[in-house]
Amino acid sequence: MNDITALTAKQAADAVAKGDLDPTELFEAYRTRAAADELNAYTWVADEAGAGGSVSGTAALPLGGVPLAVKDLFCTEGVPSQAGSRILEGYCPPYTATVVDQLARAGAPLLAKTNQDEFAMGSSNENSAYGPVLNPWDHTRVPGGSSGGSAAAVAGGSAPWALGTDTGGSIRQPAALCGIVGLKPTYGTVSRYGMIAFASSLDQAGPLTRDVTDAALLYGHMTGRDPRDSTSLQHPEAITLPTATRLDGITLGVPDDLTGEGVEDGVMARFEETLELAVSLGATVRRVPLPNADYGLSAYYVIAPAEASSNLARFDGVRYGKRVPADDLVSMYTRTRHDGFGPEVKRRIMLGTYALSSGYYDAYYGKAQRVRTKIAEDFKNAFESVDFVVTPTTPTVAFELGAKTDDPLSMYLNDYFTVPMPLAGIPAISIPAGLSDDLPVGFQLAGPAFSENRILDAAYALEQAIGFAEQAPDRPWVAA
Amino acid sequence: MSPEIEYEPVIGLEIHVQLATATKMFCGCELRFGDPPNTHTCPVCLGLPGALPVTNAQAIHYGLMIGMALGSELAPRSVFHRKNYFYPDLPKGYQISQYDEPLCLGGRLGDVRLHRVHLEEDAAKLVHVGSSGRLHGSDASIVDFNRGGTPLAEIVTEPDLRDATQAAEWLRLLRATLRRLGVSDVNMEEGSLRCDANISLRPVGTEPFGTKTELKNMNSFRFIERGIRAEIARQTQILRGGGTVEQETLHFDPRTEAITSLRSKEEAHDYRYFPEPDLTPVAISQHMLDRARAALPELPLDRAARFEREHGLTADSARLLAFRTELGDFFEQALADGNGSRPEPQPLANWVANELVSRLGADADPADSKVAPGALATLVAMVSAKEVTQGGARQVLDTLVAHGGDPKAIVAAEGLGAVGGADELGPVVADALAANPDVAEKLRSGDMKPIGVIVGHVMRETKGRADGGEVTRLVRQQLGL
Repeated sequence: MNDITALTAKQAADAVAKGDLDPTELFEAYRTRAAADELNAYTWVADEAGAGGSVSGTAALPLGGVPLAVKDLFCTEGVPSQAGSRILEGYCPPYTATVVDQLARAGAPLLAKTNQDEFAMGSSNENSAYGPVLNPWDHTRVPGGSSGGSAAAVAGGSAPWALGTDTGGSIRQPAALCGIVGLKPTYGTVSRYGMIAFASSLDQAGPLTRDVTDAALLYGHMTGRDPRDSTSLQHPEAITLPTATRLDGITLGVPDDLTGEGVEDGVMARFEETLELAVSLGATVRRVPLPNADYGLSAYYVIAPAEASSNLARFDGVRYGKRVPADDLVSMYTRTRHDGFGPEVKRRIMLGTYALSSGYYDAYYGKAQRVRTKIAEDFKNAFESVDFVVTPTTPTVAFELGAKTDDPLSMYLNDYFTVPMPLAGIPAISIPAGLSDDLPVGFQLAGPAFSENRILDAAYALEQAIGFAEQAPDRPWVAA
Repeated sequence: MSPEIEYEPVIGLEIHVQLATATKMFCGCELRFGDPPNTHTCPVCLGLPGALPVTNAQAIHYGLMIGMALGSELAPRSVFHRKNYFYPDLPKGYQISQYDEPLCLGGRLGDVRLHRVHLEEDAAKLVHVGSSGRLHGSDASIVDFNRGGTPLAEIVTEPDLRDATQAAEWLRLLRATLRRLGVSDVNMEEGSLRCDANISLRPVGTEPFGTKTELKNMNSFRFIERGIRAEIARQTQILRGGGTVEQETLHFDPRTEAITSLRSKEEAHDYRYFPEPDLTPVAISQHMLDRARAALPELPLDRAARFEREHGLTADSARLLAFRTELGDFFEQALADGNGSRPEPQPLANWVANELVSRLGADADPADSKVAPGALATLVAMVSAKEVTQGGARQVLDTLVAHGGDPKAIVAAEGLGAVGGADELGPVVADALAANPDVAEKLRSGDMKPIGVIVGHVMRETKGRADGGEVTRLVRQQLGL
């Protein structure tokens, strides 16, 4: 078979199942590509010896041995898991994250670990201690973040699919900027055990894939109640592969506040064209109020740093990871954390520490939690009159490296459309909706909790209608 | 303040109790005291990246039992918070604890009101190498994570205690109650029961509290009494000298009786409590409540009241036996096993609490000894029936402790039967009076002081088997007094 890496994961798995493709050959093809990657998408790639062991016996499994790239912050036994941070440089955990283990047992062996913003804090992958990741569409631009390595790996064609995590948009935003599909599932449906935490109440693992079918296939093997994660729960539905070609009877809700202000013209144009396509498939489009969504960003940038300030306290130089020796305990703590954390992580630890401080808790954390509840209520109300809330995934296409590094606020604004969903715990997907200035634009659909099957179906129908493959015949994973 | 003012101490206690669950509070590691360091650890209790806590249901069950035993109001749900601070014995950089929704609120034990009881995880154990014995100034510090994550119940009293003795006494009652509940080993030396005391003084007759200090981690009842006493003395001296007490955390050194400052209010932590996002709140179901209620045994205070009511014991005896479950059990077993020779309860209680305990050791469980409860019952009944004297019975008990057996057989074999009645004892008394004519004369003249000489003589002759009271009666009879 020629150019097996041009196959989607589903196509490859089917070929393996039919006996037309040897999973070892597939693994080796991707391993070679990943090892030669020029985007800095990886922090670790399996060697041949490791590959042989993990691939054997996968042909009969549901994921057919199609190898998986995994964001660095998932713990993988004996394999560096550094969460993009200097403080965990060389850290090899003694155990593997539940979801990675689950996928390996379903037949998706570990191919590589992907670069990311440090502790998943960032929207451009420029906050990695291991260097920025380049956007495969344009090497002068960012891939988005924080799952930028996973997005670039899939979009660049060196991995068939990848795991990412989404806290405020960290799957959907890089998926949009790299022209692939990214699904942030309902909070709790994928175990967080073994995911190095950023913000526990928001973090959720999800797939980054070349198409909607692959996202459904991978996600379907990620769900399940994990007795080691108290916040995990059983998805009430089995996840099925999408088949819809029409959107008859479906109502899409566009937030009242979305006027195009602050959104690039090209991005807004692709969004509106997608809405027209949806109507042509039978959908109804209407405006829907989300009166508190505008406060999402503010609430997010209180809650996420607050949880992070506590989650990152364990990196103290005592037991694992980096330690900078000093004469006394406090100096050892201070120097270890000073040298080990990058500037964005320090900024958020300080923000979070302040927000939780005695005397400020109610004004910041308490209030942010109340806003969070309001936003969840907004969505609940919205879903009484619409099936999905739709927005552009990001206000802009991929921006140039360094363009926003000196302006954290403008960087944070990139999360404007993606932050409300994790605050409400609901699922959302980003699919490629065409190009603007030769760069991909993402279209986001969000639905009620546990509506992944319906989201995937609608996204699939739109994906077929949009015909991104025809619009972008030179998309990097084909050209590679 | 002038020196003539009398001060009243106001004391509240904070007790940490390690719960005797099979596994740790938030992971599946086995709980074992005394095993080699760091042999009971996992990613969760080591705070490894990515690991998540899962609440131990048995710890919640024990917490509910404690709350029920103390008459607390039970929370409708179990909610945990994070208490954030850095220390090498705290692997996550925060302790999972309860904050504004403790599992148990209020309550009372004896004459002391409870403020709250909440659940949390214990820190790991730090061992400091070097001369200082504390982290500061040590050459190195090493951490044993076996203890880290042990379930703890923190029990906080209202400031209802007024002196050191009362505090230690009440703590004994609490320990007896927890031991009876079976929720903890309550062993102070091993650290499964630890006590801090909040102490302040106020002029007698006034309401407002003075500034309090917190005396940390006293690990025996003796140290608690001595520590509180020393701190009351220190504060009294400060106030009498016209000074003011600083709010601070203090350490009591039992060897030197010195009280040193650990940290002052200015250095107090801001723990940045917030709800633990890794644990969803768990509703306390009716089933959980029913299960806890069904597991409650008779508690020491109730048992003491019953001993007074049913067996007519004095309040002191009743408490003594009831507060030491194993003594109370032995006492009740002896009453039941006495068969034909049913002993009177009060003398039996005295024999258990005094003679038996002094022979077996203060902490021994008599059920593990060779003395059968029925045997002690028989012995006490024999004393009451004057078949054996107190002294003879003590010798019998020595034999029972050493070899076990039947008291009646021991008395017969060792010839310890009481020399009773005028027939046997009369001639011995007559001989004694004859051998001590000057004493007999004094007695006859009404000076009873030297009667001991006669009693002593009779005891020698009978090898202690005579009853002292009977001897006195016979002396009076024979001298016509």
